[in-house]
Amino acid sequence: MAVFILRRLMQAVLVVLAMACLVFFGVYLVGDPVWMFVSPDMNQADIAAVTASLGLDRPIWEQFARFLWSALQGDLGRSFVFGEPALKLILSRMPATLELATAALVMAIVLGIPLGLYAGLNPERAGSRTIMAGSIVGFSLPNFWVGIMLIMVFAVILGWLPSTGRGETATYFGITSSLFTLDGLRHIILPAFNLALTKIALVIRLTRAGTMEAIHQDYIKFARAKGLSQRRIVLVHLLKNIMIPIITVIGLEFGTLVAFAVVTETVFAWPGMGKLLIEAIQRLDRPVIVAYLMIIVLLFVVINLLVDICYSLLDPRVRLGEVSR
Amino acid sequence: MSTAELPGAEPAADAAVPLQPQAETPFGRFVQAYVESPLAVFAFVLLVLIVGAAIAAPWLAPQNPYDLAQVSVMDSRLPPGAVSMDGYTFWLGTDGAGRDLWSAILYGLRISLTVGALSGMAALLIGMVVGLFAAYVGGRTENVLMRVVDLQLSIPAVLIALILLAVLGKGLDKIIIALIVAQWAYYARTVRSSALVERRKEYVEAAICLGLSRGRIIFRHILPNCLAPLIVVGTVQTASAIALEATLSFLGVGLPPTEPSLGLLIANGFNYMLSGRYWIAFFPGIALLLTICAINLVGDRLRDVLNPRLAR
Repeated sequence: MAVFILRRLMQAVLVVLAMACLVFFGVYLVGDPVWMFVSPDMNQADIAAVTASLGLDRPIWEQFARFLWSALQGDLGRSFVFGEPALKLILSRMPATLELATAALVMAIVLGIPLGLYAGLNPERAGSRTIMAGSIVGFSLPNFWVGIMLIMVFAVILGWLPSTGRGETATYFGITSSLFTLDGLRHIILPAFNLALTKIALVIRLTRAGTMEAIHQDYIKFARAKGLSQRRIVLVHLLKNIMIPIITVIGLEFGTLVAFAVVTETVFAWPGMGKLLIEAIQRLDRPVIVAYLMIIVLLFVVINLLVDICYSLLDPRVRLGEVSR
Repeated sequence: MSTAELPGAEPAADAAVPLQPQAETPFGRFVQAYVESPLAVFAFVLLVLIVGAAIAAPWLAPQNPYDLAQVSVMDSRLPPGAVSMDGYTFWLGTDGAGRDLWSAILYGLRISLTVGALSGMAALLIGMVVGLFAAYVGGRTENVLMRVVDLQLSIPAVLIALILLAVLGKGLDKIIIALIVAQWAYYARTVRSSALVERRKEYVEAAICLGLSRGRIIFRHILPNCLAPLIVVGTVQTASAIALEATLSFLGVGLPPTEPSLGLLIANGFNYMLSGRYWIAFFPGIALLLTICAINLVGDRLRDVLNPRLAR
C-alpha cells in the first residue's frame, strides 16, 4: 500500500514538474516579457538594464531553475497590473470560486438525486421522460449562453435576482463567504445554478441508472417481503447502495466545476480566480496566468491522487494491477 | 450480420433517402436502420439545412454584415421585425453596429462550423494514428502514450484550450490548434480500445502470415474495422468543439473580432442584455443550440445503428 501511494505521489510530482516546464517555456518564450516593462522613450541601455534587473539576460536553464526555486518558495512573480504577488492575488480570489463550486455541487446533489430517483422508479411516466429529455438538453446547452439567458429572465425581465457580483459577505470562523448573508445567497443562486446545470444532468443520469439496476436486486425484494414501506425501501435501502458511485463521480467533478467557473464567473461578474485569469490573459499579465495554471494543475493532481488512493483502499485490484504491470 | 455491419458505413449519408424496399448493400441497410427514428431523420435534415445555410451564406443573407457600404449605424439595435429606412425588414433585429442579425448569424455559422469541422477532423486524424500505433505496437510505447492520454483526459478540455490560448494568443489558426490539442486524446482512446480488440482477431494474424507490411495491416485491415466508434465519437466531439470555440470566443480569448463566429456575436449581444435588448444575444445562441443539438442527435442515432451490441 505504501509503495502504491509513494509511486502515485512521485507520478504526481512528475506531472506538476512537467506542467511547470510547459508553462514556463510556453509563457516566457513565446514573447519577451521585457517589453511589458519598457516604455517607448527608453534607449538601448535602459532596456538592457531592465532585462538584467529581471534576470532575463541569463541563460534559459538558469532562468528556469530560478523560476522553479522561487515557485517552491511560493513566489510566482508579481502581477504586472496589480503590483501584488501573483500567488497572493489568486489565493485572495480563490474563496469566491470555491464557494461557487461548492454551491453548484450541493445544487447538483439536491436537485439531481430526487429527480433521478423519480425517473428511475417510474421510467415509463411522462414526467420521467421530461426529466430525461431535460438532462440531454442540460448536457448540450452551451453553458455561457444559458447564463446569459438566466440573467435575461430572472434579472432583466422578472427582476427577482441580482445578476452580477458576489453581494454582501460575512466572516464566520475565519471564512469569508457570501453564503452567510441573505444578500449573498441571492447573488449566488443564478451563477451556482448555471454552473451546476451539466452536473445536475449528470447526477440525474447516474441516479436513474443506479436505481433501475438496484430495484431488481434481491435485497430490495427482501425488504418488500418484510413489509417495509416504499418510502423506507427507497430512502434507506436503495439510496444507500447507489450513493457510492454517485459520490465518487461528484468528487471527481469538483475539479471540472472549478475549471468551468471561468465561464460562469465571466458571465456573472463573480470575483473569483477564473475571472482573474480571463482578465490576466486579456492584459497579458503573465505572472498571474502562470500562477493560476500552477494552482489549477496542483488542484487537479491532488484530486486525482486522492481518488486513486481511495480506489486502491476500496478495491485492492487497482494497486495489484499496478504492480503486476 | 456481425461483421457486415461496418464496411462502407460512411457518416456523410447523402440526404435523407426515403425508405428503400430492398436494401441489400451494407450502406442501404445502414440507411434503413437510421431512418427508423423520425427524430434522428429530423435532426439530420436540420443539420443539412444548417450546413447548407452556412455554405450559401453570401447568397442567402440579405446583406453582407461586414460590408460597411451595406450597413448603417442608423439601424442599430432595432428589435426583431423592425423595418429599416430603405424599407428592408430586419426579421431578427439588428446589433449594436446596425448589422442585420439574420445575416450576421449566417456568416457566423460559417466560421463556427469551419472551426469545428477543421479541428474535429485534424484531432480525429492525430488521435486515430496515435491510438492505432499504440494498440499495434503495445508494450512500453503504448503505456507511455496512454498515460499521456489519461493525464489529458483528467483535465477538462476547456481548461487545456484556455491554457494554450493564454500562451498562443488570439487567432483562427491558434484556436484550431488549441481545439485539436484539447480533443485528440478522446479519439486516441476510442481507437485504441477498438483496435486492441481487432488486433487479436484471426484476420490480422492471417495478414501477418502473408507478410504484409505493418502500415498496410494497420491502415488497410485494422482501421476499417475501428471506424464505427470513431465516427460516433467524431460527431459528438465536433459538436463539443463548436461549443468550446463559442465559449472561448465569448470569453474574449478565442477568435479576433475580424472573425465574427456565433460566440463573438453572443458576447457582443451580452453587452446589451442588461438594457433589455435580448435579441442580439438570443438568436445567435439559438442558432448555436440548434447546430449542437442536431449534431448530437445524429451522433446518438449513429451510435445505436453502428453498434450491433446495442440492437434492441
